[in-house]
Amino acid sequence: MLKYIAIRVAQIIFTFFVFLTLIFFLLNAQPGSSLIDQFTDPNMTAEMRQAIAKSFGLDKPLHEQYLIYLGNFLTGNLGVSFSNYPRPVIEIIFERAPRTLILFLSSTTLAFTIGFTMGKILAWRRGKVTEYVATIGGVTLYTIFLPWFGLMMIWFFAFILGWFPLGKFLDPVLWRGAPFNSDVIFGQMLTTASAVVVALFIVYFISRRLDPIRRQPTQIGGALVIGAAVLAVWIPHPAARYALDILHHLILPIATLATVSFAGSMLLTRNSMLETLREDFVMAARAKGLPDNVVRDKHAARNAMLPVVTAFVFGLALAIDGGVVTETIFSWPGMGQTLLQAVSRKDIPLAIGGLIFGGSLALTAHLIADILYAYLDPRIRYS
Amino acid sequence: MTDSISTTQSLSRESGVELDLLAREERITPVPLWRVRVKLWWRSARQNAAIFADNKIGLLGLAIILLFGVMALAHPILMATVWDARTYDPITGYSFDELRQPAPPSARHLLGTDPLGRDVLSQLMYSTRNEFILGLLAALITVTIATTIGATTAYFGGVYDMIFMRVADLIIMTPAISLLIVMCALFNPDLPQLAVVIGILSGFGGTTIIIKSQALSIRVKPFIEAAKVAGGGHRHIIMTHILPNLLPFSFLYMMFGVTAAIFSEATLSFFGLLNVRMSWGIMIFTAQAAGYLLSGVEYWWLLIPAGASITLLCSAFYLVGRALDEVVNPRLRKR
Repeated sequence: MLKYIAIRVAQIIFTFFVFLTLIFFLLNAQPGSSLIDQFTDPNMTAEMRQAIAKSFGLDKPLHEQYLIYLGNFLTGNLGVSFSNYPRPVIEIIFERAPRTLILFLSSTTLAFTIGFTMGKILAWRRGKVTEYVATIGGVTLYTIFLPWFGLMMIWFFAFILGWFPLGKFLDPVLWRGAPFNSDVIFGQMLTTASAVVVALFIVYFISRRLDPIRRQPTQIGGALVIGAAVLAVWIPHPAARYALDILHHLILPIATLATVSFAGSMLLTRNSMLETLREDFVMAARAKGLPDNVVRDKHAARNAMLPVVTAFVFGLALAIDGGVVTETIFSWPGMGQTLLQAVSRKDIPLAIGGLIFGGSLALTAHLIADILYAYLDPRIRYS
Repeated sequence: MTDSISTTQSLSRESGVELDLLAREERITPVPLWRVRVKLWWRSARQNAAIFADNKIGLLGLAIILLFGVMALAHPILMATVWDARTYDPITGYSFDELRQPAPPSARHLLGTDPLGRDVLSQLMYSTRNEFILGLLAALITVTIATTIGATTAYFGGVYDMIFMRVADLIIMTPAISLLIVMCALFNPDLPQLAVVIGILSGFGGTTIIIKSQALSIRVKPFIEAAKVAGGGHRHIIMTHILPNLLPFSFLYMMFGVTAAIFSEATLSFFGLLNVRMSWGIMIFTAQAAGYLLSGVEYWWLLIPAGASITLLCSAFYLVGRALDEVVNPRLRKR
């Protein structure tokens, strides 16, 4: 197993450098000079432009630029953004990546939980009216045009009902005199969220070792204790009002994304369940006289979970893809919006940085999917 | 065939003695192979159609696709006969009859006009043809590449297989929409070019892996062994034994490919990155750029027809794909 992981990691690092090389040459193959386009002053002389290009190292041949970029990359330097001039690309990524990550981690997890639960019920009720309604509804949501759906959600929930803000990351009026930096508060919120997730996992694993009768009370009690602990930390916190503002801005994008993407998990779980339900062990479980929901949840759904988990991890990997659309619609200042702004202003270093972020996220997710697969399916043994 | 019958008849008329013998010969005259094939093909097509028709949701999808097909075909006819090009042209037309643009639906403009005074229904129908061309072209390229590579890598294996699988891994890991956005912003492609790019990206990527896994399960079937023992060459086995069994799956993934391609195009045009004169994504982009975004129901004809069309056509192809999945994959059928 360890050897397998080591080989996979080596392969993935190799793939990443191939990806980096392709991206670098592809983006530099675009017509015109990306740097000179930033300067629109007609009074600039050709010498001045050349001097600027030289100071950025853009007068060198492309393969030499590539080697320099590669060297800089290994030291964690991704160059300087053209459109946000003196700021380095890596700093912009560190500022905006957490916003994208939290948006997609929470919406994908929510979508996966709902989709998996509904999918297994759907497969169980094959041929009933529920199936037709859920299939048509699911396919419509799965293929719905996300920009349009996002606009409709904003229009209905934010504009008509006024429950949520129209977009953006925070309310500038509230934050104008704030004694805090929004990124610091957001970082603290992220830490809290990760601590909650870890604590919930611990409670879950402890409860699995207990008697089946004491399992549910332990889980509910543990969740309540964790919730109380979070409230105890945050209510007396001086920035509680500001954190609440960020949360308020988060709800609508997360709800939109989860609504669109839960259908995919639901349809996949249904198909996977239909295949599992034909296996002999399901019939054996029924023949033993086990109740329907035990056969469904414990025997069939566990086995039907494999392809769904893979799809879930891959879904996380493509977060930046959905990010471009969702973040633009909701004016959410994350990596997706940054990437779109970067390419529309021909800010090549920032665009490469954005794609590198997306690529490394996808590669990590693939590695996790491979390991998870080996862990979940005892039939797969890597040697 | 006809020759042999006529000679038999003429012969039998000449000599009654040989008639009996020749009649028996006629009975065992072998039916040509193509006829057997057509018959078998027709029989399986009928059976498959029956399984497909059993799935009401799939039929609904087919009906929606046909409806859009009629819309696409009707547009040039309407432009040539009823609609005046000055008013109804989807790109350069302007409705002089309306006092205010965008005008609400009326008898002249069934879906109203857009902020630039162009007929929305005409735009919708004109774009339908573009979406079909793009979706089908991209899906065809995807499936051609994926089937070729899938069949050959599954058959030959080895280094050849490894190279293409690593390429597929690389493409799967690339965030496709982001990459397309970057490429479109920098290179500004037109519709056929975009179709080729989408086709190549998904052809060498995920679709190859799925089709290869199907080809692998065909490769281990006994009839492949039999063909090898009988002395069949590589080309013969791939062309006449693996490909015919693989084509139903290719056709199935073509349906899903159409959905993906239309979706990518709509997203890219929505950001105004494509060099396309009119499409459903551009219709939403126009409404958004002119500030009718949060008008909601008041200006519904600007946002809802285009948005609903994208969703409807995408889900129609997806539904047909799912119904076909039940035809080619018996494990999904009803118990």
